[in-house]
Amino acid sequence: MASSSASPLALYVHWPFCKAKCPYCDFNSHVRDGIDQARWRTALLAELDAALVGFEDRTLTSIFFGGGTPSLMDPETTAALIDRATARVAPAQDIEITLEANPTSVEAGRFRDYRDAGVNRVSLGIQALDDESLRFLGREHSAAEAMTAIDLARENFPRMSFDLIYARKGQTPEAWAAELEQAIGLAADHLSLYQLTIESGTRFYTRSQLGETLTADEEVGAALYDATQERLEALGLPAYEVSNHARPGAESRHNLAYWRYWDYVGIGPGAHGRETRDGAKRATTRQRLPERWIEAVERDGHGLNEVEAVDADRQYREILLMGLRLSDGVPEDRLIRATGRGFEALDADRLQNLIDEDYAVLADGALAMTPAGRLRLNAVLGYLLA
Amino acid sequence: MTDQSRIRNFSIIAHIDHGKSTLADRLIQRCGGLTDREMKQQVLDSMDIERERGITIKAQTVRLIYKAKDGVEYTLNLMDTPGHVDFSYEVSRSLAACEGAILVVDASQGVEAQTLANVYLALDNDLEIVPVLNKIDLPAAEPERIKRQVEDVIGLDCSDALEISAKTGIGIDELLEALVTRLPSPPVKDPSDTLRAMLVDSWYDAYLGVVILIRVMDGTIKKGQKVRFMATGVAHEVDRVGIFTPKGVMVNELGPGEMGFITAGIKAVSDCKVGDTITDERKPALEPLEGFKPTVPVVFCGLFPVDASDFEALRDAMGKLALNDSSFHAEMETSAALGFGFRCGFLGLLHLEIIQERLSREYDLDLISTAPSVVYKIKLNNGETIDLHNPADFPDVTYIDTIQEPWIKATIMVPDDYLGPVLTLCTEKRGEQRDLTYVGNRAMVVYDLPLNEVVFDFYDRLKSVSRGYASFDYELTEYREGDLVKVSILINGDPVDALAMIVHRSQAEYRGRHICGRLKDLIPRQLFKVALQAAIGGKVIARETLGALRKDVTAKCYGGDITRKRKLLEKQKEGKKRMRQFGKVEIPQSAFLEALKMGDN
Repeated sequence: MASSSASPLALYVHWPFCKAKCPYCDFNSHVRDGIDQARWRTALLAELDAALVGFEDRTLTSIFFGGGTPSLMDPETTAALIDRATARVAPAQDIEITLEANPTSVEAGRFRDYRDAGVNRVSLGIQALDDESLRFLGREHSAAEAMTAIDLARENFPRMSFDLIYARKGQTPEAWAAELEQAIGLAADHLSLYQLTIESGTRFYTRSQLGETLTADEEVGAALYDATQERLEALGLPAYEVSNHARPGAESRHNLAYWRYWDYVGIGPGAHGRETRDGAKRATTRQRLPERWIEAVERDGHGLNEVEAVDADRQYREILLMGLRLSDGVPEDRLIRATGRGFEALDADRLQNLIDEDYAVLADGALAMTPAGRLRLNAVLGYLLA
Repeated sequence: MTDQSRIRNFSIIAHIDHGKSTLADRLIQRCGGLTDREMKQQVLDSMDIERERGITIKAQTVRLIYKAKDGVEYTLNLMDTPGHVDFSYEVSRSLAACEGAILVVDASQGVEAQTLANVYLALDNDLEIVPVLNKIDLPAAEPERIKRQVEDVIGLDCSDALEISAKTGIGIDELLEALVTRLPSPPVKDPSDTLRAMLVDSWYDAYLGVVILIRVMDGTIKKGQKVRFMATGVAHEVDRVGIFTPKGVMVNELGPGEMGFITAGIKAVSDCKVGDTITDERKPALEPLEGFKPTVPVVFCGLFPVDASDFEALRDAMGKLALNDSSFHAEMETSAALGFGFRCGFLGLLHLEIIQERLSREYDLDLISTAPSVVYKIKLNNGETIDLHNPADFPDVTYIDTIQEPWIKATIMVPDDYLGPVLTLCTEKRGEQRDLTYVGNRAMVVYDLPLNEVVFDFYDRLKSVSRGYASFDYELTEYREGDLVKVSILINGDPVDALAMIVHRSQAEYRGRHICGRLKDLIPRQLFKVALQAAIGGKVIARETLGALRKDVTAKCYGGDITRKRKLLEKQKEGKKRMRQFGKVEIPQSAFLEALKMGDN
């Protein structure tokens, strides 16, 4: 075990494949036949080795397998990656190891193997609790399969979260409240509740460009958001981030690392990282296309595409744009430690306007958004930082 | 020099689409001015816009040689005149250069308002008029009915009216013969008299410099002669004398009654005022020819590049246009909302449209124009009177004694099915009916109207209430005192200069409400409420509130999204350069551009 004073490090592993591309998803996911699991295992391990060089004195606080659909990864690969990572960087005692999983029967059948590999938290892509909505969202699973998967997850993993997508077209506040209630009843300690957004390059984008309405309008979306905050707060899962709710203590430690702007290493196709080496923050990106990435790793030992220095000015903005998503906001000393500048570097009039309008609160040395501010965070950030 | 008795100077009066250009082409072809191969459709309308819209912008002239039935060769000078009301002064000068005119009326459409106005101009100039019914070959042609209409409406004897088809050539020979027999030759003058030539038009030619179209009234103009322009007082040496056939052909001199062109090393058309008298510098005429009037812009608007970086290109284009169009005025203007641009003056709305279209088509400029304004005469308490054509210059009301606005006499011809809505429109526009007469199933209404109502949205509304069947013509008549106010548009209390307007008090609320409503639709929602107000002085007359943005985010943002989000912010920052700040909020310039672009729909 590493000493608790060693600085923390989070690790993200990207598995880029899916069985089918969901119509709303703009992530780096690809549908491919006949994936050579052994070849991918070797490549991911090789990149992991290369990526962790120089971080041996850190404490590994979390590992997150994201995708794509990482529950399509051989559990053997998962195990090998966890073993290698924790061998290279000493894990924290309470290391959080999360796997994103889809609730189809095939994948749920392997939950035990993932647990044995070391995964201690699962994040399920449930998205909706009724078949009609699941069909609309283009999901491969049924509501019944989702229930089975949730049961299996609960049996196998100490911690479970699942995602729901709301503010779909035609969704009423009553129907959403009932869905939320049901979700809580399923004993998740963490929920990621995303409003359906239309991202370019998706099938939903094409459909909306052709004039189809797929999402609730701004008013309804806002009302649903407000209702969600209120409901989950009452049920003991307050929002700790724009779209994330948890029982106190059950927050995703890995994702908190992003929002608190801690160092994280990202490996696998298209993975991003923010790493401090020799006192300088760097942004890393890796080859996005799976084929490119694996060829690069096999040739060079890593799939790094770009390594950029992140100067103080950029860090300042990144800290705010990530940190203001959290209910706790951004403590001024985080900014000062990273960039030497505190809140005085912000436009004082604008900051005051945001506070006056009840979008922001400045208290206890931290700048935080009110729920109203979080609901309009893009505009607030634009106002404050652009 | 042509024997004056063998000269016939004439123009063609016609409504748009009634076949003026086709007829001109047919005459040129028949007289052998161009071979068939050279014959491009509608030779005289050389600009794209002219050809497309069927409107002649610049006057042109063609010398035709016609051998008549009496065996004698006659010189027929065809003066092609600008075809729109905005250019009525120019038309009147073109007509004054002629002794006769062909009145072309479509044999199925009949007389339109513009035709009427130009016929009256021709009659004012004592021109002999040959009525011609065109498009006689079409099945819908009703020459007898249209002849009666011409007689009723214009009071012109149509017993000798010719029936032609410029398209097929029917009746062209008869028409040419009628020109010789029915039009008078120019008055007989001694070529050695003191020179007086009328400046009919001018344009800039990249090779020749300014080309001046003239009609010699008295005396002779020769190459090498030093001439004086009586209105502007400048003197130049004539370096070329020529005629158009329509190709330019140099000649030694032009004598009394002849038409042609000269060049005299002139660089800018601003020295060449339409209607000016050109005389001999050494032996100047005592009196200039009658009828000269300096042209004054009637309609003004601001023109701004949509992309600020196009300003230099716009300045350049303005300069080039001014080279060719002495009636176009432009001076630099700065607007807080729209940036750098020009305040421009035009002869009328069509002139404005033509210039705008040329700027976008020939110079590839994407422009936005502010609402057109007219020239107000403001009498101040100290007795001084100022001309005001930009609402931005509106003086403090406490200094104003009275405000006068220009009025027009408008003539509208409309099928009686649409008369009701047309009358309603005129009333709504503060019109006062002068006359209402019927000719068959067409009504002719004459109204006194304030020009500022006409420049607002009158044309479009007239077109729409009459389904395009109404024709319209106007002349400026007088200035009248009016209860006029400046309506300011305020965003969060700050005035937007580009949206200010001068309107009649009775229209102020409607117009203010209209523009506030439009801005409400155009301005993206902000973090803060946006108050949109229309005000007269300190008094708010209309108000809209744009509510604050309700939500814009609840999506995910994890480790892979930081860079993208930050780049988005940087893009937003870039975009802010095109924003205008009003109190707490920032409004994209595009919202103002769009508000103006939507004009008056």
